[in-house]
Amino acid sequence: MTDMSTTADVLEHEEAKSLEAREFGFWVYLMTDAVIFALLFASYVVLSNNSAAGPTSKDLFDLGHTAGETALLLLSSLTFGFATIAMSAGQAGRVVQWLIVSMVLGLGFLAMELIEFHGMIAAGAGPGTSGFLSAFFTLVGTHGLHVTFGAIGICVMIGQVLVKGLTLPVRSRLIRLGLFWHFLDIVWIGIFSVVYLPGVM
Amino acid sequence: MNHSSERAASTYLTGFVLAVILTAIPFALVWGGLLTGPAVYAVIAVAAVIQVLVHLIFFLHLDLKSTPGENLFFLGFAAVLIFIMVGGSLWIMIDLHHRMM
Repeated sequence: MTDMSTTADVLEHEEAKSLEAREFGFWVYLMTDAVIFALLFASYVVLSNNSAAGPTSKDLFDLGHTAGETALLLLSSLTFGFATIAMSAGQAGRVVQWLIVSMVLGLGFLAMELIEFHGMIAAGAGPGTSGFLSAFFTLVGTHGLHVTFGAIGICVMIGQVLVKGLTLPVRSRLIRLGLFWHFLDIVWIGIFSVVYLPGVM
Repeated sequence: MNHSSERAASTYLTGFVLAVILTAIPFALVWGGLLTGPAVYAVIAVAAVIQVLVHLIFFLHLDLKSTPGENLFFLGFAAVLIFIMVGGSLWIMIDLHHRMM
């Protein structure tokens, strides 16, 4: 009997250690992702004036729209934080509620971005028009794709919290998803500071 | 448990308020056209860097004591890589641009 309890202890210890290793691995992934975004930023800055006599950033960007997107993403970062707090308090219901709020805000952000992209493409400012627009759609589109996967991740985690409860692996996955979600907000700071604000000046 | 969760909520709220302020400053400057020239770029850059730090500290909970050293090491490594690659690319391309004029 005592053997069994020590085996369980050892297993639990090993599980916690392996989850820690995964968190570190995820952090390494985030840093490599930051490098990808940094290089997309560099190509955007290099190409931002090459509008090939087509529409320029001044014609296309709407600062109010960008402010709305920023607000949605920042709020969803905050509500994901509340989900993390509910998780450490062990309130599974609260976690699910805050995750749903975060996902809705994230989807709102994506909807605004798609409206913006659609409007630009309809106005003849698609990614094939100029170097500036290719770089713009690559950079902002890559970020939007990340947000899409983040929203899918939140969906999956809502399911896991409901089905499995707040077990150790579920908590660890939620923490990693939270890192990803907050990281996307950091990338967005770069996007409005490098793309939109200088673009309308 | 309850106490620590309360403290965490105030951490997120502090970070959120700081982030809102640091977003509002550059947006207001550009929107209102309050400043012109290189000063605006400087304000945007400084506000962005501070906001990234705010996010790292208040949302990602980085700090020098409790965050594992490996994580900070990789953050530093990524920062150096980004500095070399982005700085180098921009230096070369802007120089090239000037010479092609």
